[in-house]
Amino acid sequence: MSDPLVRVERLSVDFATPRGTVHALRDVSLEVPRGRILGLVGESGCGKSTLAYALIGLLAENARIAGGAIRMEGQDLARLKPAAWRDLRGRRIAMIFQDPMTALNPVTTIGRQMLDIQYRDPGSRAEKRARAIAFLEQVQIPDAAAKLDVYPHQLSGGMRQRVCIAMALLTRPDLLIADEPTTALDATLEMQIVALLRELQATFGCSILFVSHHLGTVAELCDEVAVMYAGEVVEQGTARELFHDPRHPYTRALFDCDPARIREATRRLPTIPGTLPDLRRPPRGCAFRARCAQAFGRCAAEHPAMIGQGHAARCHLLDASLSEVGGTPA
Amino acid sequence: MSAAQETVLPEPGPLRRAARLLAGNRLGVLGFALVALIVGAAVFAPWIAPYDPAAIMVGPRMAPPSAEHWLGTDNIGRDLFSRVIAGGRIAMGVAAAALAAALTAGLALGLLAGLGPRWLDNLLLLVFDALRSFPTIVFGLAVVTLIGPSLFTVILVVAITSIPIYARIVRTQAQALREAEFILAERAMGVGLPRLVLVHVLPNVVGPLLILASMDVPLVIATEAGLSFLGMGVRPPTPSWGVILNDGYNFIRNSPWPVIAGSVPIVLVTLGFTFMGEALRDIFDPRLRKG
Amino acid sequence: MSLLEVEDLRIRYRRQGRLRAALKGERPDFEAVCGVSFAIEAGKTLGLVGESGSGKSTLARTLIGLKASAAGSIRFDGEEIATASARDWARLRRDIAMMWQDPVGSLSPRLTVASLLAEPLRLHGRPHGREEIARLLARVGLPGEFATRYPHQLSGGQARRVGVARALALDPRLLIADEPTAGLDMSVQGEVLNLLAEVQARTGVAILVITHNLNLVRHVTDRMAIMYLGRLVEEGPTAEIFARPRHPYTDALLSANPEPDPDARQAHVPLLGETPSPVARPSGCEFHPRCRHARPDCAARVPDWRAEGARGHRCAWPL
Repeated sequence: MSDPLVRVERLSVDFATPRGTVHALRDVSLEVPRGRILGLVGESGCGKSTLAYALIGLLAENARIAGGAIRMEGQDLARLKPAAWRDLRGRRIAMIFQDPMTALNPVTTIGRQMLDIQYRDPGSRAEKRARAIAFLEQVQIPDAAAKLDVYPHQLSGGMRQRVCIAMALLTRPDLLIADEPTTALDATLEMQIVALLRELQATFGCSILFVSHHLGTVAELCDEVAVMYAGEVVEQGTARELFHDPRHPYTRALFDCDPARIREATRRLPTIPGTLPDLRRPPRGCAFRARCAQAFGRCAAEHPAMIGQGHAARCHLLDASLSEVGGTPA
Repeated sequence: MSAAQETVLPEPGPLRRAARLLAGNRLGVLGFALVALIVGAAVFAPWIAPYDPAAIMVGPRMAPPSAEHWLGTDNIGRDLFSRVIAGGRIAMGVAAAALAAALTAGLALGLLAGLGPRWLDNLLLLVFDALRSFPTIVFGLAVVTLIGPSLFTVILVVAITSIPIYARIVRTQAQALREAEFILAERAMGVGLPRLVLVHVLPNVVGPLLILASMDVPLVIATEAGLSFLGMGVRPPTPSWGVILNDGYNFIRNSPWPVIAGSVPIVLVTLGFTFMGEALRDIFDPRLRKG
Repeated sequence: MSLLEVEDLRIRYRRQGRLRAALKGERPDFEAVCGVSFAIEAGKTLGLVGESGSGKSTLARTLIGLKASAAGSIRFDGEEIATASARDWARLRRDIAMMWQDPVGSLSPRLTVASLLAEPLRLHGRPHGREEIARLLARVGLPGEFATRYPHQLSGGQARRVGVARALALDPRLLIADEPTAGLDMSVQGEVLNLLAEVQARTGVAILVITHNLNLVRHVTDRMAIMYLGRLVEEGPTAEIFARPRHPYTDALLSANPEPDPDARQAHVPLLGETPSPVARPSGCEFHPRCRHARPDCAARVPDWRAEGARGHRCAWPL
């Protein structure tokens, strides 16, 4: 990938909890391409939200960056001072969240919030107001000018999320991080928001990091996808590569569980038996070994590296130099 | 943090948690120690006090602290240390009685207001607001006029002024619980009202209430001291801290020790119960903690 | 005779005091469920599908006796229960049980799993000792040691199983499952659903699944009913409706749950706008402001229910 916007290099994040240190992210390397949409897929506990929050410097107080770097435009975001973050956030990097109601200030009007976001920009109040209206129209909010004087609770859930998107894009960021923005919305609304995001990305050319556990939405929207499990990236590639030819056993097992992918209607739905490994004591070998049907000796002893060019997966089965298994897996 | 949630193990019980949290919370330990000291002194007062608190002229008047009189003596030669200890007994007694009464009544009224019909809620709120609108001392004055000054008066005044506060807290919690999914689930299972309130609502509102009550002890004691200082509560020669303060205040030019003897215990009690209350809150309901 | 027959059910909520409404010339109530009719057979599963504002949750609450209906009939095993008294419900609750949406939030936080499981048994005079609790836990695949845990010590999936165990404790004839997989990761969703299927196969319990997840409906239900703003817009055998939806809303819903395939970025049936509030219902067919195929007369009158063999829909101009 030539010249990505953000390069995450072997990032490790620990959380200090009363019951021990949780190694939530372990040696995560990822590239957010310029002007494209990267999907981050995984289930609870995989670390995708942690990664998203690390990219905008909003990790919880008990979090600590234990290693690695996040390189963006010559800076290491992992080691940025608060003053530098204030300059970056809301300007170069913006974020939209799962619950638009709590993401908006309930006691100020939409207009006031949209004006406040532009505090760093020069320009008159009228100009900023006009920009706000223009963006509200961009996100297809009807009667935008009147909406400036409305409070968040007077809008529906879908409209609120659109306002959040408008606010995030108002400052023309290079990177928009979306943390499960459609999870709380009905499916038909989700489709609208996804179409909107695709349109806006094409118009403004920013990069989007789309965190979600809805496979269908990710397939719809994203150009590239990374799958996370137990604090690691286990597979990444273009959306087409990943969805048509999943290589990591977890990815395949996960896809097998998706009821949308199962053609024949069935009463017995597949699951992935077992549980996540304890991230306070991550296993030595492959993190997925305990739940993998194809695990073999090497999996317990040696931690697999990402294998593959472009479309890569963290699995020993892909290692062509293996003489025991021999050849690519079925 | 979701990663920590996934591996759900049985948590250590409240005692282990308490011990662990206290270990990191030095102020909490201090609080518990102070409270233990004060309550212990109050309970064992008759045995610890070197002199009879009411006995006059057991030493020189207005004497500074010495080996015989650890806190000195007051204007008629009574041993201050013994009086302070005895005063502690009164303070603790008032606090216990008043808070117990206020908690019981507050709980009952709060549950009625929060779970009952709208009109009852409105009525009770009216009563609470009316009670709260009286400054405590003014209310105390009124009650004293009616039934005369005494320990019972103090307990009554303190209890009645505290009830609305607790009732409101219980009411808010009960109202929130009314629509909680587990309450709906219990109702859908056919659980009757008494069991619903006693087993499902009560235990979930009582926690914060007790913690707040423990932090209210200093307030209760200060109220008692204040009322007694003004002569509306315990009458001299009964050695309430307020009375000690009043006596000392009149002779402050002669010696500061009686005033100090009367006020330092109040400060210690306030610190002790506040720290302890905060530590309790951290142990039992981390959600209440800020930040 | 079906196990559950709902006919023309109407459920209303009060939105303002009667005096104020009279002064304003408005109605004090609004209808959350407007004349819904459907049936569930013993041993079968019906999926009730709808988005926010559809009234499906309100309907569930009425079926479990927590909210009174305003009009219409509900017949359970031939007995009219829409007007059932509290005493009737005490008896009915043995036969109709509910699984709640929030797995941990629907369990009383200060009770252990053992107490939570014992509760329905004790209420109806059944034995509720250690063996019974262990048996219930085993039925849902949880080890016996879970009996001493508290709800906050359970994962989402484990709490759901406890919810299933509670609902099944009295061997109900009808189980209402409100969003049984909400909040569950996809890799464990199957656990709950397979459990329900297995219980149904073994005991013949009828299941009403309330959800907005159409992907699940396709697999686990025999019939499905789609609600929009309190009205049923389409109903019938699941496979038939998926194969050939007749109502434009059904069509939009189906296309909003695509197969995860980047190449299948088909032209979705876009739905204009958002679901209106049930307080301010559009005239005529309530779906017409968002319908791409709307004709002028759609705003004029509410379409009648048209039955077509085993299915039916409410659209004047079906697809």
